[in-house]
Amino acid sequence: MIRVTATPKVPAGDGSHAAVRSGGDAPGIPVDLPEDFTPEQLAAQWEEEKPPAAGALANTASSLVVLGVGIGALVLSLAMGLGIPAAPQPGLWPFMISCVMVLLGLFQLIVGRHNRDAEKFTRMSTAPLTGLVTLAAMVALMPVIGFELPALVLCVIWMRFLGGETWRSTLLVSAIVVAAFYGIFVLALNTSIPHLF
Amino acid sequence: MDFLNPVINGFAVVLEPTNLLYCLIGVVIGMLIGVLPGLGPAATIAILLPLTYNVEPVTAIIMLAGIFYGAQYGGTITSVLLKLPGEASSVVTVFDGYQMARQGKAGTALGLASIGSFVGGTAAIIGLTFLAPIVASFALDFGPAEYSALALLGILLVATISSGSKTKALIAAALGLLLATVGRDIFTGESRFTFGSLELADGIDFVPIAMGVFGLGEILYNLEERHRAAKAPSKVTNVWPSRQDLKQASGSIGRGSVLGFFLGILPGGGATIASMASYAMEKKRAKQPERFGKGAPEGVAGPETANNAAATSSFIPLLTLGIPANATMALMFGALLIQGVTPGPQLVEENPELFWGVVNSMYIGNILLLIMSLPLVGLFVKILRVRAAILAPVTALITLLGAYTINNSMFDVTLVVVFGVIGYLMKKFGFEPGPLVLAFVLGSLLESSLRRSLLVFGGDPAGFFSRPISATLLIVFVLVAVLPGIRALLARRKASDSGAPAPEYIKEKENV
Repeated sequence: MIRVTATPKVPAGDGSHAAVRSGGDAPGIPVDLPEDFTPEQLAAQWEEEKPPAAGALANTASSLVVLGVGIGALVLSLAMGLGIPAAPQPGLWPFMISCVMVLLGLFQLIVGRHNRDAEKFTRMSTAPLTGLVTLAAMVALMPVIGFELPALVLCVIWMRFLGGETWRSTLLVSAIVVAAFYGIFVLALNTSIPHLF
Repeated sequence: MDFLNPVINGFAVVLEPTNLLYCLIGVVIGMLIGVLPGLGPAATIAILLPLTYNVEPVTAIIMLAGIFYGAQYGGTITSVLLKLPGEASSVVTVFDGYQMARQGKAGTALGLASIGSFVGGTAAIIGLTFLAPIVASFALDFGPAEYSALALLGILLVATISSGSKTKALIAAALGLLLATVGRDIFTGESRFTFGSLELADGIDFVPIAMGVFGLGEILYNLEERHRAAKAPSKVTNVWPSRQDLKQASGSIGRGSVLGFFLGILPGGGATIASMASYAMEKKRAKQPERFGKGAPEGVAGPETANNAAATSSFIPLLTLGIPANATMALMFGALLIQGVTPGPQLVEENPELFWGVVNSMYIGNILLLIMSLPLVGLFVKILRVRAAILAPVTALITLLGAYTINNSMFDVTLVVVFGVIGYLMKKFGFEPGPLVLAFVLGSLLESSLRRSLLVFGGDPAGFFSRPISATLLIVFVLVAVLPGIRALLARRKASDSGAPAPEYIKEKENV
């Protein structure tokens, strides 16, 4: 799917990618664009605004992960037994897929090393990491203390620290959101979601 | 006419109050997520899958379908007003739509797009009504061999037509197939890849994978790219296009309907490709192509018609062959399986209420969307002010709590988070999640029909070529798989002959 971002990304200062920023616009502030633009200019502008591309290391790393998964599955499916085509054992089909996967992984490792379709991890990548930590914490705490408090904390962190909302709107909206979820999942639908109150 | 009886009965199904309500909910959600940049229709449908557990199959699919085609209408609004395509299928609308808005004709552009969408959608439903039963009756003779070939071709086409690297898309598909083998082997009952876990013994459910890879993965990914706070214009006036505008655009609406309908049927096709193809065609046909990019009404009407027609017609392979043509259809497939309905050629005969109920609900949905995008467009423009910072935690919480309600188990929630991380990393490293989900859905069908046909052929793979349909499908499969490689090789030889500079060489590689 084509993702189109409007905010120019801050290029992480490595020379491998030429992310030229369009004339002096600060991230997050709406920019008035040049009056006339052709589809080509627009495409070029979108291209510029894409997150910085990662280098060859990213390709190597992801290819190695693919190879690792492929080889692991290959070994496990061999252990399950292949049988013959007329009387296949459970391992035959996974064996075929993992062979394809290993081949594709090798191909990507060698031929794909000039590809620039991976994105570099930048300072912005701490946001999904923080998000992930809050999600994991919520999964861990939900069975213990119910969903309300973790959900509230998650909302506050995502809105205030990841989203840059003001404290006032963060607290107000978070409270409303958690109350609404309580109303829907506990009071209205009567689901068994662990809840404190 | 006997043929029309089930069609008319389908209307009775649609007009049940519950179904009407869910149709309305679906199209409103679709319109909303179309307007809001960020979550696409696939992610939204994935997140809302738990909602479908407690309703009838037909009701569930009516709602999910509404989200899908509703998003095609909504995506136009941001393209025209803000130069920000809400959906991938509305990218080309920006070129002329935004220029029209700058010339003070935003209303006309939106009006033309909605009327085009309505015409395209309706034309495609009529096409679907007549074509689907024919395809289904043809496919009734399909045996396991044909299904193996068809599923293989479907996965390959979806992977090769995707926008990013084809190798990576194929890797994602292979991973999907591998994930589908987790759990008990249906033929021998032996456990595969369960690592002794009881929870994995029954295999991984489709819903946590879809919710994680599509839903949570996209939410995490969007956290990284802050969307610009939309500066929405306060008012859109005069959405009713003049007679002259309509006359000018009517040709492109007609062509867009036909083009979109046929592109939507092809595996791997769909709304995005249809809109781009239609824009290219309109520009080529135009007497003054230089008007394009400067506010040509045909450049808005054509693509918007085509993307809706394609969104509708992509239901044909799903409902008649049981082969989803794109990632969103893979979600529909999964949703039907959850409900105990297996989409396939027998669906029209065995489950006519479901088939015709879903098809006919699209008429109602399109009418609702036309009302929402003409007189009520101002309301949706206001929604543009909802900030992504507020939306993100709400969608994340819906995903987590929704995942819990599937089986009332925290294991599913954990799975969703794990697959969310996988989905995020895949996007980061340039792997498309679509082929993974599609391959996962088709995985068990592919394996069982492959093994069944091998049993029939006595273990001889050449047997696949002894049946005309499966042979044809497999030859197409080989062509699709090999052609890009040969073309790249030829291009490279040409480049080295003429001593082309290095950057072109790299570019060529990127296309591999």
